[in-house]
Amino acid sequence: MWLKAKIYNFLFLTLSIAGFTISILTLFALIADLVVTGAPRIDFSFLTSFPSRNADQAGILSASVGTLCVMLVTALVAVPVGIAAGVYLEEYAPKNWLTTLIEINISNLAGVPSIVFGLMALGLFVYKLSLGQSILTAGLTLSLLILPIVIVTTREAIRAIPTGIRHAVYALGATKWQLVRDHIIPYSKGGISTGVIIGLSRAIGETAPLITIGALTFIAFLPNSPITSHFPFISFQWLHDPFTVLPIQMFNWVSRPQPEFHQNAAAAGVILMSITMIMNLGAIIVRLRFRKKVTW
Amino acid sequence: MNNGKDNYALESKNVNFFYGSKQALENITMQIPEKKVTALIGPSGCGKSTYLRLFNRMNDLIAGTKVVGEVLVKNQDIYKNNVDLVELRQHVGMVFQKSNPFPKSIFDNVAYGPRAHGIKSKDQIAYIVERSLRQAALWEEVKDSLNKNATALSGGQQQRLCIARALAVEPDVLLMDEPASALDPIATQKIEELIMDLKQNYTIVIVTHSMQQAARVSDLTAFFYMGQLIEFGPTSKIFTNPSNTRTEDYITGKFG
Ligand SMILES: Nc1ncnc2c1ncn2[C@@H]1O[C@H](COP(=O)(O)OP(=O)(O)O)[C@@H](O)[C@H]1O
Ligand SMILES: [Mg+2]
Repeated sequence: MWLKAKIYNFLFLTLSIAGFTISILTLFALIADLVVTGAPRIDFSFLTSFPSRNADQAGILSASVGTLCVMLVTALVAVPVGIAAGVYLEEYAPKNWLTTLIEINISNLAGVPSIVFGLMALGLFVYKLSLGQSILTAGLTLSLLILPIVIVTTREAIRAIPTGIRHAVYALGATKWQLVRDHIIPYSKGGISTGVIIGLSRAIGETAPLITIGALTFIAFLPNSPITSHFPFISFQWLHDPFTVLPIQMFNWVSRPQPEFHQNAAAAGVILMSITMIMNLGAIIVRLRFRKKVTW
Repeated sequence: MNNGKDNYALESKNVNFFYGSKQALENITMQIPEKKVTALIGPSGCGKSTYLRLFNRMNDLIAGTKVVGEVLVKNQDIYKNNVDLVELRQHVGMVFQKSNPFPKSIFDNVAYGPRAHGIKSKDQIAYIVERSLRQAALWEEVKDSLNKNATALSGGQQQRLCIARALAVEPDVLLMDEPASALDPIATQKIEELIMDLKQNYTIVIVTHSMQQAARVSDLTAFFYMGQLIEFGPTSKIFTNPSNTRTEDYITGKFG
């Protein structure tokens, strides 16, 4: 009996270690393969060229500018709306069944496949609101996708604030709005920033919802400049321009038969992966910095 | 101010208090005089904190609570509809059992109250901060590190900072809920000395589980037992010649 238990124990341990090793090795092999294939292709002209029929002249200029613009819109929408929603749910919403229902659904939304968001955005932003297959539509779509992440992390950060702090604020005669503005939001900034970065690093790799709303896969021009030479010197025309983003560019390149294009895809992949890693590193740094600054 | 009635800083008339259906205070009638230290003693769970929190309406933050009866601050019923909570809490300050400094600088902790009440002048804020820290006997220890994070202070210093923060809004009444229960004897002694200094200018109500502390700092003592006020009178009398046997049993340590 005892021997049998020992054998099972040993088998299970071996299995777990094997499983762990295989998954880590596969991940590293994939990354290594991507880097080995892609990295040599990355040079100045790759970064500054438009896509082209010739693999060796093609670059990721329009895709990176597109990614940047779409991320900008995503952040500008998701950050204020997500924080406001999180603060509302935590601080203002009446505690009843409706609130509970909404809370459960927000957590569930984070797990909905992204293509579903794409379909919804196609119906709402493209057809109903006629926003076109534009940077604005893409940004709004991705902001919907990451809103649950921002809301959930905002709420978690708020809940980490000790009740003693709330009591102290109220006991000084401060109003609820002063509590929120001067304490709740400042003390949860670390958690909120982490959520925003994690959300954006998810959004940056999304392909499916953007293809669904009709993002182009081949764009050989840049969106309109936000700065113009004549009054009022700023323009929001770029919001309505068509676009492509890095993962769609990659998708386009891998679906071509020529291996040179596959190398381009790998190179774009290396860049996209680096951006994601840097963002996650940023999230860790932000969290550590705030943990040092805001202690109870 | 004096409209024929006696002037008490705080007063409760036949107050009953409920957490949902659970009654925590029964028919408490009590008058707390100005510029005296009044101690609330009694076994844990007898309603001392609940009674204390009536006077700045902090019980309002707990859902499902109900007050029946009159609670008067400066002869005004503070549970009337038109009472301005901001004004009430400016007038009746509070210090909690567990020190709760904001994770901000020492200066900003003390400055928070006056700033929240609309004082903008930098000079005036700096003046209030120094005055409050001096009143709380903390100025000499922190005057060179006002920009340091308050959470880095020791437990005793944090508690005095919380006292300074409460004083900065210029209250007349200071409610203290076991302010020294988490502190070592030396820090406790500092808080007690501070309380005796402050009573020149403030009405102080202090909840304490230490009878020695009540005897040392207070002028009046109220003994609570199971939501009822059993005995209230001069501290010297309560501790030497209580009229109720339960008070006597409690202060002689027969239960607690
Ligand atoms: N938030 C609350 N919800 C429900 N019951 C409470 C709450 N706070 C206190 N009570 C109850 O009210 C009674 C008095 O509590 P409290 O005023 O905290 O006593 P004390 O400060 O004398 O220890 C206790 O029986 C306690 O369980
Ligand atoms: Mg208590």
